[in-house]
Amino acid sequence: MSRLPTVTLRVPENTESDGREPSPDNEGALHSSFCQLIEEQSSLVAGAIEMELQERGREPSALLPPPHPMATTGLEPEQGEQHPGYATTLRILANMPSRTIGRSRGAILSQYYNRTARLRRRSSRPSLQQLSLTARSSLRHYDLESDPAHSTLADKQSLLELLSLPPAQRSHMLLEVPLSLEEKRSLRRQLSQKRSTPGLRAHSADPTSPCAWCQDCIVLGCRTFWYRFLALVHTAQPWHYALKQIGGRFGSSVLSYFLFLKMLLMLNIFSFLLLLVFVVALQAAYPPAVASPRPFTGLEFLTGAGSFTHSLLYYGYYSNTTLNDPSASSPSGNTSPPRATQLPYNMPLAYVFTIGASFFATCILLMYSIYHSFGKSYHVGSSTGVLAIKVFCAWDFKVVQRRSVKLQSENICTQLKELLAEQRLRSCPLSLPQRLRHITVLLLAWLLALGTVLGCVVAVHYFSEHMHVQEQGAAAGSAWQQEGVLLALPLIVSLLNTLMPHFYNLLAAWEKQDSPGAEVYVAICRNLLLKMVVLGLLCYQWLSRRVVCSAKECWETCVGQDLYRFVVMDFIFTLLDTGFGELLWRLILEKKLKSKQKPEFDIARNVLELIYGQTLTWLGVLFAPLLPAVQVLKLLLLFYIKKTSLMQNCQSPSKPWQASHMSTVFITLLFFPSFLGAAVFVSYTIWSVKPSETCGPFQGLQTIYQTLKVWVELLEESNPNIAWFSWIPQYLVENTIFLFFLTGVVLAIIYLNIHVLRGQHRIIRLLEEQIANEGEDKRFLIRKIRSIYEHKEHCA
Amino acid sequence: MGNKQTIFTDEQLDAYQDCTFFTRKEILRLHGRYHEMAPNVVPMDYTKDPDVKLPMQLIINMPELKENPFKERIVESFSEDGEGSLSFNDFVDMFSVLSEMAPRELKAIYAFKIYDFNTDNFICKADLEKTLNKLTREELTAEEITLVCEKVIEEADMDGDGKLGFADFENMISKAPDFLRAYSSSVLP
Repeated sequence: MSRLPTVTLRVPENTESDGREPSPDNEGALHSSFCQLIEEQSSLVAGAIEMELQERGREPSALLPPPHPMATTGLEPEQGEQHPGYATTLRILANMPSRTIGRSRGAILSQYYNRTARLRRRSSRPSLQQLSLTARSSLRHYDLESDPAHSTLADKQSLLELLSLPPAQRSHMLLEVPLSLEEKRSLRRQLSQKRSTPGLRAHSADPTSPCAWCQDCIVLGCRTFWYRFLALVHTAQPWHYALKQIGGRFGSSVLSYFLFLKMLLMLNIFSFLLLLVFVVALQAAYPPAVASPRPFTGLEFLTGAGSFTHSLLYYGYYSNTTLNDPSASSPSGNTSPPRATQLPYNMPLAYVFTIGASFFATCILLMYSIYHSFGKSYHVGSSTGVLAIKVFCAWDFKVVQRRSVKLQSENICTQLKELLAEQRLRSCPLSLPQRLRHITVLLLAWLLALGTVLGCVVAVHYFSEHMHVQEQGAAAGSAWQQEGVLLALPLIVSLLNTLMPHFYNLLAAWEKQDSPGAEVYVAICRNLLLKMVVLGLLCYQWLSRRVVCSAKECWETCVGQDLYRFVVMDFIFTLLDTGFGELLWRLILEKKLKSKQKPEFDIARNVLELIYGQTLTWLGVLFAPLLPAVQVLKLLLLFYIKKTSLMQNCQSPSKPWQASHMSTVFITLLFFPSFLGAAVFVSYTIWSVKPSETCGPFQGLQTIYQTLKVWVELLEESNPNIAWFSWIPQYLVENTIFLFFLTGVVLAIIYLNIHVLRGQHRIIRLLEEQIANEGEDKRFLIRKIRSIYEHKEHCA
Repeated sequence: MGNKQTIFTDEQLDAYQDCTFFTRKEILRLHGRYHEMAPNVVPMDYTKDPDVKLPMQLIINMPELKENPFKERIVESFSEDGEGSLSFNDFVDMFSVLSEMAPRELKAIYAFKIYDFNTDNFICKADLEKTLNKLTREELTAEEITLVCEKVIEEADMDGDGKLGFADFENMISKAPDFLRAYSSSVLP
């Protein structure tokens, strides 16, 4: 390269935005960031710029405009006098294409179009290179001319681009482009006008086929219909105002607990409706002959036994025959005239299919929720930037009450101080003896936690054996004694589940973890471990029936009753915990200790309680089909009680709480140990456990799964054409090779995803390096420009 | 559908529905809220698009904004005349962007404008200091504020110019899962 190109410095003096520009940005203010750099340049490279000097000499001196009247922020007046070219340099920098995006509507639209170009799949849009005067601001020679005619032309070009978009994307664009509402409305008007002008259709590259036009009409019609539907749904949403109230006072973190509750409620309502329609309602229409109904005492609501035993609530009530079978002769003599159509209903098949379908649907819904919230909360990228994120994203715009706002400020202040302290600590790490002590404390705490879990499990085991003995002894006693004995085990388990988390909180206070986030995770881990291990032990006891329900003939009803008692006890203890933990504690703090602080709402503990209750429901659905209804009632009551207690007694948590991250964690916990565990339990029961001989829909069969096999055989016999259908259970479900194959496929997908993520991390690092290099380039060029001016001054 | 309202023409309501994240009913309720702030000034008949602006003092007294430390900046970012007064269009625009349905990119653009106190298209150290003071109600010491500002610029600035440009801001926001949740507030009951 022999000669450098001429650089004319015709910088516009007035860079104020005219009436058309939408953004209030004032780009006349100067960059003060590069001023430090420019100040440093005292020694210059002489040799390489001699050629430039010759060109500089041709410049008319009048082209150097006086410094902008708004020379501001960070610029000392004497520096402006020392380096007359300084102001010009900075003004040039202010006009760089990447910095002028907010200037005109055409620029904003083109930038939006470029950015979303890769998301559009239509191949028929005109390629931007074909447009003669390109509207893209990065290629526009924007550094020099701010010709209004030029910008209107660019505007027209960008409008042309937009016309080529399909209407769905056009409406998407109208919603998402960052222009003011007036601009958007005028744009919409212009687009609809241009669309109706036939002349322009010929120019667009979009072929006007009737098929495409029909498609557009359908899409627009669907969209308007969807808006009307959304309007209806919004007004019909339950608890909308209550949730807004909670969010306004306590923020998004506490709100996430209530949203989780709402999601569980919806899941349970769905399961309940499914079971109601296909199993419960039909059995209620054709009740079996009941031996002798026991009198109703109020205790049934608590124990689930007594008159509830032979009711729709439990497995034992459901018949094992085909209901309304035309070929069966009723023993009492059917006097009603035979109906035209008699629809037989195979109850055992319906029972097992409905339960299977409800589990399958719940699985799909949970996986969809996880996918949805995972997408919102995790992003590929480096993990640095915690402080910056805290500064910009910690303020919750939902909070509107004065006291809560003050609290939020204090929380953010504390969190910032903690982060600073953490960073200071990281920069000067602990000495060896301190680190050893810290590790010892951690190990001890974990040993203690695991020890307590083991202790609780052993205690539950021995207690249930003891209770079994007591039960046999109390069989001769009064009804109250009998029922009381039944309630003892659920009481103990719920008591443990309520008290141990407080113990773990104390342990965490002693432990003093490094970061508050880790503290929350550790607490959740320990609580979850305790609950799941105790539930595991109980499941083993129920299925092996060595201790519980060993004497009963209809053991499924017995297990169903046990689970009902557990659910009811869990509810009672949650109420007691709310009462003592929140109400009483607040009263104590206010009256005795006279402090203004209220007890905090412990989100992790409450969510884990919800997960535990839901696990019980899922475990019990096979043995007590109406258990989801009980859970629905429980959740409804819980919502109102918790909300009242929250409003009266609590304050929002002071620990930093990443609401969306935690929501993902909770839904994952709901899916992974809770739902999958229940699904494994139910599958095992269906597959391998022998149902009881005298009661329920599967009397006399070897396993519940046999129902399906019998059905498939029946199908084969009745219609030899669909013999292939029996191939599915034989080769797919019972064959273990297929299951291994499926596991292999899942593992392969996970492995691939991990590798894709790693590749993306690498690309992000490379791009960051590239950006840093661009910054270096800019600094180099500024130095060169400065040196040109210095030399000119020197020579002049 | 329903009783005929005379505040807006159907065409206007369609335009609002297409350009914001609100439905027709919500637009009418927003108009109600706008009207009740200054019943003598705001006309009930908007069919001719009257040029009425409410000053910032009235808007920042709304319950949703009253306690927000950034209320002036929020209103200024959406104001067209640079002084903070909002016409009805700007009012609807503001709550549309703040609603739950606005996408992340749109919120990021306006969040950047909010934190850019001197409106130079950059978040410089002075902007950050003002932000921190408003966030913590001036409870941090001067030394801590300086430290935090330096750390933030160090973490987020990619091209090394000592300021946060929009690209830097957006890159940092993309790593924050709580951003969408934090910048959403619902104005309608």
